[in-house]
Amino acid sequence: MHPRALVDEAVAQGLDIIAICDHNSSENVPYVMRAARGTPLCVIPGMEVCTREEVHVLALFGDQAQLSLLQDYVYANLQGLNDEDAFGMQPIVNEAGEVEGFNERLLIGATGIPLEDLVSRIHEYGGLAIAAHIDRPSFSVIGQLGFIPPHVPFDALEISARLGIKGGRERFPELSGYPFVTSSDAHFIHDIGAACTRMALQKPCFAEVAMALKGEDGRYIEEDA
Amino acid sequence: MNLETLAEALGLKCKCCWEKLKTTEVKGGYAGDLLSDVMANSNAGDIWVTRQVHQNIVAVASLKGHAGIVIVQGASPDKDTLDRAGREGIPIMVTDMSKFEVVGKIYQLLSEA
Repeated sequence: MHPRALVDEAVAQGLDIIAICDHNSSENVPYVMRAARGTPLCVIPGMEVCTREEVHVLALFGDQAQLSLLQDYVYANLQGLNDEDAFGMQPIVNEAGEVEGFNERLLIGATGIPLEDLVSRIHEYGGLAIAAHIDRPSFSVIGQLGFIPPHVPFDALEISARLGIKGGRERFPELSGYPFVTSSDAHFIHDIGAACTRMALQKPCFAEVAMALKGEDGRYIEEDA
Repeated sequence: MNLETLAEALGLKCKCCWEKLKTTEVKGGYAGDLLSDVMANSNAGDIWVTRQVHQNIVAVASLKGHAGIVIVQGASPDKDTLDRAGREGIPIMVTDMSKFEVVGKIYQLLSEA
């Protein structure tokens, strides 16, 4: 996606915060953050990491330096090169819409990182670890591992837009102890804003989102919205 | 057929719960790496063949009453996985063979038994 178009659409949809979470990669994040400068939109730097068990985990951070530490860890545990004919090009696009280069790694693949190690590394670097689309049969912690391992300290569980948070609460009553979030999981411009999580925050930023997930100091997730 | 006979016939290496091999009866088998699928479709007494090594495999085998777990392709189970399997009494065996090869051999053994 063109970073500027992405930001414009997010603002037009009335979103206050978005997170950029490419698969095993974060190289487009700085350009989206630059494109959002001067707009009211908060861009959270993130990544969707595929673990050894082929479980997708969203990692969100307060700043890019923390994310780049995770990126080093992910690349050190990611094998293979992309096949453009099979999986398409992996361009890195700057805020002016110019192609900066192409990521040659096999980003669609799984890393060799065990789920527990990934979550503890995300926390070590100051981030939030969210189990992605737990209601989906593929690449979800429940699909791959049968159930949420109770000892893994996820900060939240993501429910896909199709089911939504309310639907998630009905389907997973045993997970009432976890915060739920939902998102558009936008892969194209027209997906942006198709779903979102409403939170009561003082201002749109990563630290406030982290507080809302914990329900601290009056910040919370508006599940009925 | 008991688990010990099967493990010996296939040259599987046992990583925990050796003492249970002789007394554990294998009634059938299941192969899969999606634990949600294994939970839904496998049966008690199955020998379960998988490439997954996360400790949740022990919980699933325990829940379903599997005879044991065979981890394929030379993958080694996490220490947490072996600790938990020891506690819950689920034999875990490993092999360098592919899942396809192991399943074929087990299927043949069980059909002849």
